[in-house]
Formats: sequence, C-alpha cells, structure tokens
Amino acid sequence: MAPGGAPLPGGYNGATMPLGPAKAATGMKEHVAMTVDAASERANQAQSRPSLDELRRTSAEARKLIVQAIHHAGAGHLGGPMSAADLLVALYFDRMRIDPARPDWPGRDRFILSKGHSSIALYTVLAMRGYFPTEELMTFDAAHSRLQGHPDMHALPGLEMSTGSLGQGLSPGAGMALGAKVRGDAFHTWVMLGDGEIQEGQIWEAAFMAARYGLDNLTAILDYNGLPQFGWPQRGGFTREIPIDDPGGKFRAFGWNVLECDGHDHASIREALDAAQAFTGQPTCVVAHTVKGKGVSYMEGDFNWHAKVPSDEQLASALSELDDQIAAIGEEAAA
Amino acid sequence: MTSSATTQTIDPLPLAGARQEALREVWGQTLVELAADYPDLVVLDGDLANSTRADIFAAAVPDRFFEMGIAEQNMVGVAAGMATLGFVPWLSTFAAFMANRALDQVRIVVAQPHLNVKMCGGYTGILTGKTGKTHQSVEDIAIFRAMPGVATIAPADAVELRSAMRAMMETPGPMYLRVTRDPSPTIFPEEYEFRIGPGVLLRDGGDVGLVGTGVQTTRVLEAADLLASEGIAASVLHLPTLKPIDAGAIVALAERTGRIVTAEDHSIIGGLGSAVAEVLGEQRPTPMRRVGLRDVYGESAPNEYLIEAYGLSAGHVARAAREVIERA
Repeated sequence: MAPGGAPLPGGYNGATMPLGPAKAATGMKEHVAMTVDAASERANQAQSRPSLDELRRTSAEARKLIVQAIHHAGAGHLGGPMSAADLLVALYFDRMRIDPARPDWPGRDRFILSKGHSSIALYTVLAMRGYFPTEELMTFDAAHSRLQGHPDMHALPGLEMSTGSLGQGLSPGAGMALGAKVRGDAFHTWVMLGDGEIQEGQIWEAAFMAARYGLDNLTAILDYNGLPQFGWPQRGGFTREIPIDDPGGKFRAFGWNVLECDGHDHASIREALDAAQAFTGQPTCVVAHTVKGKGVSYMEGDFNWHAKVPSDEQLASALSELDDQIAAIGEEAAA
Repeated sequence: MTSSATTQTIDPLPLAGARQEALREVWGQTLVELAADYPDLVVLDGDLANSTRADIFAAAVPDRFFEMGIAEQNMVGVAAGMATLGFVPWLSTFAAFMANRALDQVRIVVAQPHLNVKMCGGYTGILTGKTGKTHQSVEDIAIFRAMPGVATIAPADAVELRSAMRAMMETPGPMYLRVTRDPSPTIFPEEYEFRIGPGVLLRDGGDVGLVGTGVQTTRVLEAADLLASEGIAASVLHLPTLKPIDAGAIVALAERTGRIVTAEDHSIIGGLGSAVAEVLGEQRPTPMRRVGLRDVYGESAPNEYLIEAYGLSAGHVARAAREVIERA
C-alpha cells in the first residue's frame, strides 16, 4: 500500500489489515446509516453532471456574490476566494458526492478548506448549492453570524473542519481518509491548500504520512495563484516572487501522484478531479494554476487585493464585468 | 468550566510498603482494556511508543494503533479528522511535545471545535529519566488549563489513572492527561472511582491545608506525616482534575484550616498553585504558599537530586507549611 510496497510498521498496512465490511462495521455508530446511503449514492450518480457552461455560469455568479459579500461586510479576503471559485464550484456542483439536505450523511465526501481565509468563497458555494439561504452571505463577519471570518465547523452546515491557522487542513483530511480506510467507507476526502500555506512544515508532515499510509482516498487541490499576502521579495528586484517553486515536484518527492490543471477551465478541472479520485495506491495532489483575483480585471494578479474591500464604484464595475462574462457564456452556447 | 460535583473523602493506603507502579505502564495496559469495550478507541503515536508504553497497546491491538512518526503537529490534525468520524483518538507523546510542539494544532483543530481527542502527555514534570529540560514538562498544566473547554487531569497513582482513563473515555470532549514515567506509590484502594472534577480529601487536620495534584500528592501525604510528628495536623486535598477545578473543596479547606500550601511537579506559575490562588483570591482570601518549580526549567540529573533541588520533596512541602503557620 505504501510507495514501494513496503509493509508499514503501524497497524494499518493496507493489504494485510482486515478491512472487511463486517469487521469494520462492528460497533460503528454509522453502520445503519450506510445502508440507507447506498440508495442515496445511486440516486446521486444517476443525475447527469452539469454542462461546462452551467459550471462557468455558476462560477461567475459565485464571484458576484463573493464581491458583494465582502463589500457589504467591509472586511474579508478577495483575491484568494476569487482564485478558488471555479475549483469550489467544480467540487460542489460536479464532483463531490454530497446531499445538502443531509449535511451529516455519513457517506458524504469531505471537503476541508485549509486556506481558511478564503471562507467567503466556500460559504458562497455552499449557499448556492443549497446548504443555507444565499441571503445569509450578507451576514459574513457580522456579530452572531454563522459565517465566521474563518470556517467554524460547528457554526454552519457543510463545514467539515475548523481552519484558519494556515497549514493545518491537510492533517485532518488525512485523518478522515485514514478513518475511512479503517472502516471500509467509500467517501473521498478533498482538501484545498493555498500555495502560500505550503510553506508551513505541517503540510509536509501530513504529505509524508498520507503517502506512507497510501491514502488514495485523499486529494489535495493546490490553489496555485502565486501570490501570498506580501510574499518574498524577488532576489535582486522589486516585484514579488511565487512562494514555492515546483510544488508538484515537491509533492511527488513525498510520494504523491501529481496532476496539473487550469484552475479556471472547467473542462481541465473536471478531468483532473476525476483522475484524482480514480487514482489508486497514493494520494493525489492537483496543482491548479490560478490567478489571484480572477474574474475582475482590476484585481487579477495584484497582491494588494489579498484582503481589500472594494469601493461602491469598484463593486459596480466588478459586477458589470462579471455580468458581461455571464452574457458571453450564453452567446457561446447559442453559437 | 466549573465543577459542581461533590468532593470525595478517601482513606489512602499507607505509604510505608506501598505498591510501586509506573503510571506509563498502567496507561498502556489500560488502553488495551478500554479497547475491548470501546471499538472506536484508536491510538496515534509520535514515535515514542516504547517510552510512553503505547507499545503495550500496539502489540495487543495492532489494527487500532497508528504510527504517525516524529510529527506531532500532523498527529494532532489526524486525530481531529478521525474524531469527526466518531473515533476516539488517544495520543502518545511526551507532555513537552503535546503541550508545546503541537500547541497551535491543539488550539485550532481540537480545543476550538471541542473535538473528542484524548491528549496524553507522558514524562510529565521533571522526573523524566535524566533527559533534561528539553523533555521535562513544567508548563503543560498552565497551557492546557488556559484552553477553553479542555479538561486537565493529573492522576496520583495507578488506581486513579486506570479509573480516570475510563472516565475520560466515557465523557466526550477534549482532555489532557498527565502521565509520569517512573514508579510511584499506589495510595488509592482498588475500589476508588475517579470522577472528572471533584477533589479528594485524603486526610483531615485543622492546622494547615495541603493541596496536591498528580503523583506529587504522594509526597504531600509524606509531608503530612512529617508535620504530624511535630504535632501539626494537616489536611490533604488531592486535586486530580485541574480543570474543571473543585472550587468548593478548596474554599472548604481554607475555611477549615485558614492556611493553604499547594505542591506540584510543575511551575508554580499557571499550575495548581495558580489555580488554587485564583479560587481563593476571589472567594476566600487565605494566606498560602506555592511549592513547585519557581520560574525555572529543570536539568538532567537523578530523581533524588531533582526532587530536592527543585522543591518537590516532602521536606519542601513541610517547610512551606511551617512558614505559612508561623506567618498567618
């Protein structure tokens, strides 16, 4: 199960560990629910997947809500949520096995937003997917809101882990994937990482352990937008450097399967996420090439929009630009 | 977290000729016993299983033992992820690393979401097998006690540890357990039952109230014997739960004796002494002394030396008692 097929010193060593359903289910509280899940899962998979145009439209609508929520809250992050929007839409509208009506369904796929400061993007996609009313997005960061500045797993349905202190999301994801292996559960665990936060050492502790246990039911998606909050000064220059070169190579060196995609192209994202889930033997890292602030021209690629609130004029301009993009999707479809 | 439970009164077994048991061994054995009753119990280890004695569990229940390597931060995160699935992870590492190395992870993914992870610190205090200050733990109580919602437990002996682990397993929520390395006397009768929160009155005397936690309580009992030989009647209150603290027992002790001495194998800043002073300061200001490490780290040396040099011995506790009696 581990890279190289060496037996693991720990209790779980893949092939030799008794993982049969009867044993795995013994005493497990969620066992009864699992049989109900089978029907739900079949229903889920029978649904046809959305068209790429539908995903594009949903992404643009999500970006409009994100910009509006941040403008309304007068605080929050924008650049990262905009770069992550297409990936989150792809996960929640296309790839993940979920049931928004039953956020605690034991068989659901798990998603952890390790880059917790992009919370508004996740909240927006959860609301659009039906976990809670989209009107609630306008309570972001307000007192008593379920939409905390960084995700609080107990505050809002659909959140699987509390995050915010960077570099911590991959480890709980590995724990969920390991737990699923132990019990013989079929769900997949997805973790979105920021490229800035993979400077944290814990990411590589988790990467080593996940590969060691052969957690092929775990996928890390790297939002590789190249721009952290302030960044490393370019050696000998005045612009900002990307925080980490060749992240794919680094994950590969830790024993991961590595895929690349264009994080703003739904065809490319779908192909990568499908391949990641299908891959066996090792965890997969999808390096998604993205643009910080994607979708609004004056934000794109500008690190100053990491956590900046748009003015009324900037909001109007952003919404108008996103409306144009939505209109263009319709034209393409008609053509 | 506050405790509303009733203080227990227990007659301790005599120290002379007491059975000597290493709590770490009992910890490993008890995990095996609990695993039989709780199929969701798992143990994660930070490459210290043969020191913490999680290896006893690994040998007996290999399919629920998971080696995490020397990576405590990841270990805590993995435990949090497994806890969301209903597993009850028990963590095997040293207190120094549990409290310090993985502190932010404990805070973000265990304490704040209040997940059911049992964080165990082996090698607590300074009697850690000549490892020196890097592997001793003199601030772990302060750290865990400061975390909202995290129960903090320090059993005195093998009987109490075994009972405490069952109580921890039966009670959901994040908890920190102190486990010492070297053999120490068993003072509780077999039928004693630990409960999370309540203190245990081990001895009643009106001249001074001695308060201990963890294995330090056995040295407090020794101090009470010393004082008795001088005609001083000391009460001994054992507080195996630092949080939620048994404020009622502390106040009652202060009312009965008028003088309090705390003793701990930990810094007097933030530990038992602070916890008791917080209660008394607000509810019944009482002259007191705190015995323990006085804002210093330890060193590598034999236990006998460390106990004397860092204020842990019965003699130190008795001296503090005499002082507080003279001055109050």
